[in-house]
Amino acid sequence: MTTATAGIRKSVRFRPGRTAAWIIIAIAVIATVFPFYWMVRTALTPTADLVPQASQLWPSSPTLINFQRVLGLASIEESVAAGGTGASIDFIRYTINSVIYAGSIAVIQTLSCAAAAYAFARLRFPGRNVLFGVILAGLMIPGIFTLLPNFALMRELDLLNTMLGLVAPALLMSPFTIFFLRQFFLSLPRDVEEAAMLDGVGSLGRFWRIALPLSRGPIATMMLITLVGMWKDYLWPLVAGNSELTRVLTVALGVFQQQSPNTAPDWTGLMAGATLSVLPVLLILVFLGKQLIQSLNFSGGK
Amino acid sequence: MSRTMLERTGSRAPRGANDSRVVSPGPSRLRRAEKWAALVLLLPALLGFVVFYLYPTVRGVWYSMTDFNLLNDPTFLGMANFEELAADPQVWDSLRITAVFAVVNIAIVMVLALGLAAFMQRLNLRNWVRSLLLLPWLVPNVAIALIWGWLLDANVGYLSQLLKSVGISGVSFYNGDAALGIIIVISVWSGLGYTALLLYAGMLQVPNELYEAAALDGASETRMFFRVTLPLIRPVLALVLVVSLIGSFQVFDLVQVGYGNNPIPEVRVIYYYIYQQAFSFYNMGYASAIAILLVVILGALTVVQMRLMRANRSDLS
Repeated sequence: MTTATAGIRKSVRFRPGRTAAWIIIAIAVIATVFPFYWMVRTALTPTADLVPQASQLWPSSPTLINFQRVLGLASIEESVAAGGTGASIDFIRYTINSVIYAGSIAVIQTLSCAAAAYAFARLRFPGRNVLFGVILAGLMIPGIFTLLPNFALMRELDLLNTMLGLVAPALLMSPFTIFFLRQFFLSLPRDVEEAAMLDGVGSLGRFWRIALPLSRGPIATMMLITLVGMWKDYLWPLVAGNSELTRVLTVALGVFQQQSPNTAPDWTGLMAGATLSVLPVLLILVFLGKQLIQSLNFSGGK
Repeated sequence: MSRTMLERTGSRAPRGANDSRVVSPGPSRLRRAEKWAALVLLLPALLGFVVFYLYPTVRGVWYSMTDFNLLNDPTFLGMANFEELAADPQVWDSLRITAVFAVVNIAIVMVLALGLAAFMQRLNLRNWVRSLLLLPWLVPNVAIALIWGWLLDANVGYLSQLLKSVGISGVSFYNGDAALGIIIVISVWSGLGYTALLLYAGMLQVPNELYEAAALDGASETRMFFRVTLPLIRPVLALVLVVSLIGSFQVFDLVQVGYGNNPIPEVRVIYYYIYQQAFSFYNMGYASAIAILLVVILGALTVVQMRLMRANRSDLS
């Protein structure tokens, strides 16, 4: 990174263009962050102050009541007094559902795809290339095309509105993950595996004891990307899991908004809910931002 | 993209030769063991692929030729659904809206992201600044739709008040003339940082000597950008274009949540129309037929784009 930019930096260090570049980056950062700031600021505003202080950058009397009522921690009277409808909303449950949904798919899907990717990269079996080509073709198909029959299937199996039915379609398979990890396995040096082979370690042992530990980095990256993707997922959980028991955070936010009266939406409650959906992502960004950026550099640089 | 992938798939000859050299005790027995191991390793992913990709693909094609409302058994209609969609103005209308959204969204994002990436390349930003730009990409679109719905609230939204104070009114989700534009702005906002970072990563691959040589020839920075950077990041550019196009055609969450499940006709995109046919009217057969139309359109667009961009060849090598 430094080597690639060092030369350019040298040649432009004293030009006014550099100041202009800083200003533009600053504008981009502010424009990116401000809506999120406004979300948090609104979530901390008492509903009564919402209109009188509509353009105040910080509420005069910040409060946590909006978080309490969307988390189901405030009594119905308190909620109604704070501008809610009094309908029961339990974002603690929805957050747990989201964690189960995104977490289980991220872990199991990545491992299942890692095993398949290893077979495609290292083992010889009949029909390997044809099979790989067919799986890659799956990348081109828009999700809604398979979503409709998958919905019908879950309905036939009586798995709608169950956690199993919700995670099933994505649990074991992602063409992109197989493609990505296969590329990585192909780039691993073969000599360790060949030495193990001479020592009589079978194919499964070489995958489990050598290839898997060596690819901890890319596997963690794939898990992270899948985790974020599933955290954001909306359409499938909306149609297949929109019951109180299996509702995930994104669907809950949509439902919450649709319950909220159109003429006077419960903005403070909605922003508190939205903040809850952004918070985990923010934590990922703070603690794993570097890995995320590097994984982008990897996919962009390929 | 796909052609590069397939070419890589084909490159197995030297490895095969290698394997047979190593295999000394009874090659056929080991070969058989390898096949069994492959089966074990592939089994979970294969199960997922067959049940949730292959089978629904076959079923989806079958549904598209039937009348199916989830409660009845599908009744075969032949091509009737496709004849119906060819004559259904709402299908073409929503396709037109989606295409306008995709083209304008991608054009704006690409231009801004290229500029932003070029500035990043100059300034050598710290990681945390770059990760801030990534934030909207990590956040659920549902939350984004809500945040912008609030910012643009007709009565007390911060942004709509700001716009009013400089004399711009009518920027509201329910103003038919502005609605699609608003969706595009939100979408640009949420995709810009991610795209810029991808392009920036591509720019890092360009060897520095090329810039030094160009500088010696007295080329201006603008010229360097157009003559060195842009041609050399073409593969990344092509990849980002294809991915953005496929993504843009699938815009749904922003519209569905932004409008509280009740979008005005001006923003009824194709995904929403399919969703509506399937889950509001329970026309699974008709919805599947429209989905097939979308598969065909996206496939064709991808192939054309890859051809135009000659994506599998980089000038770098």
